[in-house]
Amino acid sequence: MTATWLIARRELGAYLRTMSGYVIAAVVLFVDGILFNVRALGGQQDRLSTEVLSEFFFNSSGLVMAAAVFLSMRLLAEERQNGSIVLLSSSPVRERDIILGKFFSAFIFLTLMTLAGVFMPMLILVNGKLSFGHVAVGYLGLLLLGGAALAIGTLGSTLARSQLLAAIISGSMVVCLIVVWMLGTVTERPLNDVFFALALWGRHFPPFQAGIIHLRDVVYYLAVMYFALFVSIRVLEARRWR
Amino acid sequence: MIEVDKLSKYYGERAAIRDLSFAIAKGEVVGFLGLNGAGKTTTLRILGCLLLPTSGTVRVDGLEVTQNPYEIRGRIGFLPDLPPLYPEMTVGSYLTFAARLRQVPAREAPGRVAEAEEKTALRDMHGEVIGELSHGYRQRVGLAQAIVHKPALLILDEPLAGLDPAQIVEMRNLLHGLRGEHTVLISSHFLSEISQTCDRLLVIHNGELVGQGSEGELASAMGQGASAIEVEIRGQAAGIAERLVGIPAVRKAKERATTEDTTVFEIVASTDVRADVARLLVGAGCDLLRLERSESRLESIFMNLTQNPAGGPQ
Repeated sequence: MTATWLIARRELGAYLRTMSGYVIAAVVLFVDGILFNVRALGGQQDRLSTEVLSEFFFNSSGLVMAAAVFLSMRLLAEERQNGSIVLLSSSPVRERDIILGKFFSAFIFLTLMTLAGVFMPMLILVNGKLSFGHVAVGYLGLLLLGGAALAIGTLGSTLARSQLLAAIISGSMVVCLIVVWMLGTVTERPLNDVFFALALWGRHFPPFQAGIIHLRDVVYYLAVMYFALFVSIRVLEARRWR
Repeated sequence: MIEVDKLSKYYGERAAIRDLSFAIAKGEVVGFLGLNGAGKTTTLRILGCLLLPTSGTVRVDGLEVTQNPYEIRGRIGFLPDLPPLYPEMTVGSYLTFAARLRQVPAREAPGRVAEAEEKTALRDMHGEVIGELSHGYRQRVGLAQAIVHKPALLILDEPLAGLDPAQIVEMRNLLHGLRGEHTVLISSHFLSEISQTCDRLLVIHNGELVGQGSEGELASAMGQGASAIEVEIRGQAAGIAERLVGIPAVRKAKERATTEDTTVFEIVASTDVRADVARLLVGAGCDLLRLERSESRLESIFMNLTQNPAGGPQ
């Protein structure tokens, strides 16, 4: 655990010392702000606070997935690109420590970035009432969705030699896992249930968006994280054979 | 310290190294020579537990690399050809991170970092950002990360690559400073540097060991004499060549070049006779201007071994 924390702390420092982390956070918050103003608050008709909040979490879910892909692309690919991975792989640390350390650092940064936008739902208090439970559940959903996308991104970064390729691989995996939901709409049972269950967003995020927690959805996101990180560790271990 | 037995590594059908066997004793400084693609880096990466062999065994400090990679990694310091640096970190924070990764306790880390910085002449660079350092300083930071945890074995892959002549001299002095504290395995293309730094050489060609031993042993086995030295004295000295041949180990001593002011002798001997030669010349009243090993000797051994591998000792 010490090695995991050491690696996570160094990695988090790298996000804070370089421009990339700030640029991703600034772009995400800027776009989130525009969408919140135009789509969630905008329009002529009056809307319920809960509808505004739901719209906010809908917009944020897309952005948090995009941010996760961009934040994770550097995790392992950059180390391979500049050769610094040798420092980790020649030290007495396990591949598990490397992957978890990298993942936790990106997750902490993603959490800080996501929570930095909490002022937007709070603005609802100016003209309406706010369910803090709904806000908490929505943010839990965002962090679980973001964590799952980050874990997939970590896998993409482990597979690729360059950051660009890592972003392409991770983005493709995330998009495939989102659109697999569409296959469920054109297939019969029980196959469509499988597609719906696998989809990263379709069935699992909307309940969070509406302020409802289903254990099924929490388990799904944790399972995606576990699976993607497990494969990442195995891929890193397999490098010693090449 | 290191025992390698019938080590092979295949990349698909291609053998990077084949049936490599050698041993390195504790405290030895060994040079690993070979042309590009000879299999040096592959061997070093297997010794550093970064790569698994296809067959054969490698023991470091009695531990098998495939069975105990994490224990072995704690006992080695590895400097790859491209130093593994994080450009956004300062030298001090990077070395602290490297020390902590190698299980140096937190309260001991500052002391170890200071020691490594002292040895690699990085004291003044402690707070500097690595990305802003010159190539020579980066190479030193790479060396500092390899020694910060005081490993028993140091594996240095091309530590002199890309350095200018002044930096090479500095790095050579740094490597000399490591003698005695660590067992060192250095791969390099700089033959003269290797010959000055190492006790013993391993020559690898096309993935096979084609020669091992000291420079003298390799030269003897190739019939080239153990030691070739060049001597320069002031003025013209009649009869000196004959007196040099009188030194027991000297096989040949000939006047190679003479100018109006100086005379150069080339001496081939079965052992290192530099001290005897110096004594003789000073005793004979000659002004000794230069006495050094002939660099071309190792180059010639190397070229012979890599072009005619059958001639080398095993």
